[in-house]
Amino acid sequence: MSQSASDLDQITTAADAMPRGVSLWQDAWVRLRKNKLAMFGLVFLAVMILLCLFAPLLTPYGYEEQNLRLGAIPPSAAHWLGTDTFGRDLLTRILYGGRVSLMVGFIATSVALVVGVTYGAIAGYVGGRVDAMMMRLVDILYALPFMIFIVLLMVVFGRNLLLLFLAIGAVEWLTMARIVRGQVQGIRQQEYVEAAISLGLSPAAIIRKHVIPNVLGPIIVYTTLTIPNVMLLEAFLSFLGLGIQPPMSSWGLLISYGVETMEEYPWLLIFPGISLTLTLFALNFLGDGLRDALDPKASRD
Amino acid sequence: MTDLKSGLLAHFRAGILAVSAVILLSACGGGEPQLTRVEQGNIDGVLHYGNGAEPKGLDPHIVTGVPENHIVSALFEGLVGKHPETLEPIPGVAESWEISPDARRYTFYLREDARWHNGDPVTAEDFRWSWMRLLTPALGAQYNYHLFPIVNAEAYANGEITDFAEVGVTVLDPFTLQVDLREPAAYFLQILDHYSAYPVHRATIEAFGDLSDRLTPWAREGNLVGNGPFRLTEWQINSHVRVEKAETYWDADTVQLNAVVFYPTENLVTEDRMFRDGQLHFTAEIVLDKIPVYQAEQPEIVRIVPWLGSYYYMFNTTRPPFDDVRVRKALAMTLDRDLLVESVMQGIVDPSYALVPPDTLGYFPPKTFEYDPDAARALLAEAGYPDGEGFPEFELLYNTQESHRRIAVAIQQMWMRELNIPTQLTNQERQVYLENQDNLNYDVSRRGWIGDYVDPTTFLEMYVTDGGNNKTGFSDPRYDEIILREAPATLDRDKRYELYKEAETILIEAMAILPIYTYKTKHLVDPSVKGMPPNIMDHYNFKFISLEPVSDQG
Amino acid sequence: MWRFLGVRSLQAIPVIFVVITVTFFLVRAAPGGPFSNEKAVSPQVQAALEAQYRLDQSMLQQYFSYMADLLRGDLGPSFNFPGRTVNEMIFQGLPITAELGFYALLVALIIGVLAGVIASLKPNTAQDYVPMSLAMVGICMPSFLLGPMLVLIFGIWLDLLPVSGWGAAPGDKVLPSITLGAMYAAYIARLSRSGMLEVMSQDYLRTARAKGLPERVVVIKHALRAGLLPVISYLGPAFAGLLSGSFVVETVFQIPGLGRFYVQAAFNRDYTMILGTTTFLATLIVAFNLLSDFIAAWLNPRLRYQFQKKK
Repeated sequence: MSQSASDLDQITTAADAMPRGVSLWQDAWVRLRKNKLAMFGLVFLAVMILLCLFAPLLTPYGYEEQNLRLGAIPPSAAHWLGTDTFGRDLLTRILYGGRVSLMVGFIATSVALVVGVTYGAIAGYVGGRVDAMMMRLVDILYALPFMIFIVLLMVVFGRNLLLLFLAIGAVEWLTMARIVRGQVQGIRQQEYVEAAISLGLSPAAIIRKHVIPNVLGPIIVYTTLTIPNVMLLEAFLSFLGLGIQPPMSSWGLLISYGVETMEEYPWLLIFPGISLTLTLFALNFLGDGLRDALDPKASRD
Repeated sequence: MTDLKSGLLAHFRAGILAVSAVILLSACGGGEPQLTRVEQGNIDGVLHYGNGAEPKGLDPHIVTGVPENHIVSALFEGLVGKHPETLEPIPGVAESWEISPDARRYTFYLREDARWHNGDPVTAEDFRWSWMRLLTPALGAQYNYHLFPIVNAEAYANGEITDFAEVGVTVLDPFTLQVDLREPAAYFLQILDHYSAYPVHRATIEAFGDLSDRLTPWAREGNLVGNGPFRLTEWQINSHVRVEKAETYWDADTVQLNAVVFYPTENLVTEDRMFRDGQLHFTAEIVLDKIPVYQAEQPEIVRIVPWLGSYYYMFNTTRPPFDDVRVRKALAMTLDRDLLVESVMQGIVDPSYALVPPDTLGYFPPKTFEYDPDAARALLAEAGYPDGEGFPEFELLYNTQESHRRIAVAIQQMWMRELNIPTQLTNQERQVYLENQDNLNYDVSRRGWIGDYVDPTTFLEMYVTDGGNNKTGFSDPRYDEIILREAPATLDRDKRYELYKEAETILIEAMAILPIYTYKTKHLVDPSVKGMPPNIMDHYNFKFISLEPVSDQG
Repeated sequence: MWRFLGVRSLQAIPVIFVVITVTFFLVRAAPGGPFSNEKAVSPQVQAALEAQYRLDQSMLQQYFSYMADLLRGDLGPSFNFPGRTVNEMIFQGLPITAELGFYALLVALIIGVLAGVIASLKPNTAQDYVPMSLAMVGICMPSFLLGPMLVLIFGIWLDLLPVSGWGAAPGDKVLPSITLGAMYAAYIARLSRSGMLEVMSQDYLRTARAKGLPERVVVIKHALRAGLLPVISYLGPAFAGLLSGSFVVETVFQIPGLGRFYVQAAFNRDYTMILGTTTFLATLIVAFNLLSDFIAAWLNPRLRYQFQKKK
C-alpha cells in the first residue's frame, strides 16, 4: 500500500512501453514448453538441420565416393549405417539427402507462403466482389486433381529443380490463402483498423502494421504444417522418378533405391525411411503444438 | 464416463480381434497345403511365363517389342522357323525351298495341311497379301524395311509405285511362292522368321476395316485368327494373356503344352517374388543383386547366356569436343570394363571392345584398343586438354532405368578420377531420350541395340552414312561400300566375315561409339521346363516346350 | 436445397472444362511423341502413323475434334494399345481401383473414427496421446515407404501375406488397402477427435446429460452426429487423395488399376489415355466433392438454413 508515486509512475510507464503483442508471444512460448511432443519436435528438428548443414564436416566420406569392391554392407564400425551397392556410405548420403529434402521443403513452402499470404491478405482486406472472385478462383483450383497435374508437368517439362519448387508451391498456396483471408477478414472488421483507415493510413501500411502482425500466429502454424506436406510431395515425386535427379539425392530418392533392394539390403530402406518419418513427425508435432499454443480457442479444453 | 469408456474399449478390443482373425484366416486359406501355380501347371500342361512389359498389341505387322514378339510367335508361324539350338532355318509353313544359284530367286513350297485357327488353309496368296500389307505406306509399319531386299519392295513402301504386282513376290500356284531379290541377301531366310514377315488372315482383317488401319480390334481376344501352334483365348490388360493349343496346327502332335499364360512383369522384384512363390516357370529377368545368391544356392535354375545385343555409348561427332577422335578414344580407353562388369553388373554381361557381339553365328569382332588410362591421358593432352583442363562440361544422356544409372554413375567416376573430366548425368524417359537422339541433341548418350536376325549386318548397317539409326554423324565411304555393296554380294560366309571385320575396324578406330558390354540374357527357369535350350537370340519356340513335374525326373 | 445443389453443379462445369483444356495443351507441348522408337523409321512411316492418329492436323483442329468426340462420350483410341479404346481401358481399370479405394476408405474410417473418438474422451492423457501418435504414423510415413515396409515385414520376413496382385491369391488385398488407408485413417482420427471435443462441451449435450441420459446415449445419439461432421466434409478431398495415392500403391503392389494405367500413360506419352484418364478422374473428384458438400449441408441444419436465407 505504501508505493511511492515514482514507483507507480515506473510501473505504468513500463506497461505503456511494452508493445502490445509481447505477452501473447511469451504466453504462447510458455504453453509450448509444456507440450512435450512439440518440444521433442523442435529439438529433433534443430538437431537434424544442424547435422545436415554441417554434413561435410561430420563425415569422412564424400557422398558420391564409391567403393565398388566393397559393395553393399550392413552397418559396421567404419560405416555406421552401412553402404549401398556402389559402396557409398549411407550415413553420408542420408545427411546430404536431408539437405536437399529440407531445402526443398523450406523453399517450396516459402513460395507457397509468399503467394498465399499476399493473395489471401488482399482478398480478405479488400472484401466485397473482388474477394468473392478471388476466392472463387481458389475454389476452382482446389477442385483440380493436382497430383495428376504435377505428374504431368514433371513428365512433360523434364525434371527441373526450379519447376519442382514452383509445382509444389503451386499446390500448397491455396490452403494458406484461404486461412489468411479468413483471418484478415476478421481483423479487418476490428475497430482499430477502422480507426486507422479513417486516420488516412494507406491500405499497404495498415496491412503491414496491423494486419500481418496479427495473422502471424496462424501463418506460422500453417507454415510449419505445410513443410512436411511439401517434403512428402517431393519424396513422392522422386520416388516415381520425377523429382530430384541423380547425382543429387533426397530422402525420397534414397527410399526408392532402398525399395529396389529391400530384401537383400534392408538397411538401405529402413534408415532413410526412419529419417524422413521422424523429421515429418517432428514438424507435425511442432506445428500442432504451435497451433495449440498460439490459438487457445482451438481443441484441447 | 467409466461406463462409456469401458464400453468403447471393449468394442475396440473386439474390433482388433476381428481384424486380426480376418488377416490370419485369409492368409491361411484353408488348412490343406495348396498346390502352387507352377505345380498345378505341370499337371495341366500350362506354362506360366514372365513376359516383361504388357504387350501393346498382337498385330505382327505393327508391334515392335520383345514381349509382343514372344506372344506373336506362339500365335503365328512364318515360312521358316529357327532350330531351337543352332538357330539355322527349319521348315515352317514352307515345307521346303529352292534357292537359285545366283541367290536371287527363292521358291518356297508350302505344305498343304497348314491351317488358320478357323480352319482355312494357309496359302501362298496369304503370304503375298500379308507382305503387301506390311509394305503398304499408309499402315506405317516400322519393320517394313526387313522386306526391302525384295525387288521393288522399297519403292512400293515409299509410294513410288502403287501396283504391288511389280514387287518381286509371285504366287505360282496356291502352295508355291516365288520371291525375287534385287541383290543377294545371305540373311534373307533368317528374316523370314521375324514377325514382320508373318502371314495374317485377310478375311479377319478386312472384316474389321481397311488393311492399313492400325486401330481396328482384329488382333484382340475373340477376333484374332492366327496360324501358329497356339490360339488366343484370353487377354486382360495388366493381368495376363492366355493362349491355348490349337488343334488346327499342322504339327499339333509335336506340341506338348496345353496352354501358355504370359504375365506382364515390369517390376523385377515382384517378378522374382512370383517365381519364388511358385507362380512362374520362367522369368524375363533376374534381379541384379540376387544373382550371386541364386548362383550359390540354386545354380540349376539360373540361366545366363550371351545375347545378340550390344550396350554402348554413342558420341555426337558433330559437336565439340566430340568431333575430335582423340577425345573420343581417350574416353573409351579410360573405362575399366572388367571392373564395371564385375562389380556394377555382377558379372552378368561381357566386356566389349566392338559393336557386334562375339559368336554371332560364328562371327568374332576385332579388338583394336585396350584399357589404358595413361595412353588416354596422353591423347587428351594432345587434343588440347592436359589433365582435363578446359574440358567443357557435357551431358551424358540415358533413359531412366536403374541399370543404366548404375553404369553411368560408375563411368562418371572413372572419367573424373582418371581424366579429371566432369560429367553431368541426365536421365529422361524413353520417348524424350529417343527424340533427343534423333535430333542429334545430345553430347554423349547411352545406346542399346538388339539384333533382329543372326547376322552382323543387323548391327553394322546402322552406321552407314545418314542411316536412320546412325544418330552420331559418323560417315565413312569405305564403310558404306562394304556394308551396302560388297558384303551382301559375297556368298561365301568366311569371306563375308572378313569384310565385316574390316568395316568394324573402321568404325571402332573412329570411335563414333564407345563399346561397353554385350548383353547376356538372364532368366530363372523352373527345373520342370524342358525343350527350351538357351540360344543367342533368346528365342523360344513354344511348340517344342514341355513340362515334367520335378518328382517324375530321375 | 436444390438450388444449392444446382448452383454448385454449375460451378463444377467450368472446372472440368479448364482441366481438359489445360491437360490437352500441356500434353501436346511435351517433347517426345508417342511414336519415338529405338529403331528409326522412315519419314513416310512417320507420316503414315501421324495421319492415323490425326497428329498431322493443327493443334486447334485436334482440340476441337477431341472435344466433339468427348461430348459424345468417346475418349478416343489409345495410342499405346492399338485396337483398344480409352473408354474400355478406363472401365477395365476402374472397378479395381474403386475396390481398392473402398477398402482403404473402410480401413481409414474404422481405424480413424475409433481412434479419434477414444482419444477425445480423455483429452491430454495416455488414452489421447497413444492413438493420436499412432495416427501420426499414417501421416508421416508416406505410402511408398509404408507399403514396402509392410511387404518386408509381413510378406517377406513373416511370409504371411502375398506381396503383389489383386484377387490373384487369398489375402493379397490386405496390405494394399492398409497402405492406402493409413494416411486417411490419421486425418480422420484427428478430425473426429477435434470434432468430438468441440461438440462434447456444447450446451445441448449438457442439457441431455442434465436430463439424466446415460453417457453412451449422449455420445452416440447426439455427439457423434455433429462431431463427425468434419469427417464427412473431409470425404471429398479424401477421395481425391485416395485416387492419387493409388498411383503409388498400385505401382508398388502391381495392381492393374486405373492409377497404374495413368502413370504408364504419362510416361509413354499416350496422349489420348492421359487426357481421357485425367478428364475422367477430375470429373469423379469434382462429383465426389459435390456429393460430400451436399451431405455435409444436409447433416448440418445451420448451413442449410444459411443458404436458404440468402434469397
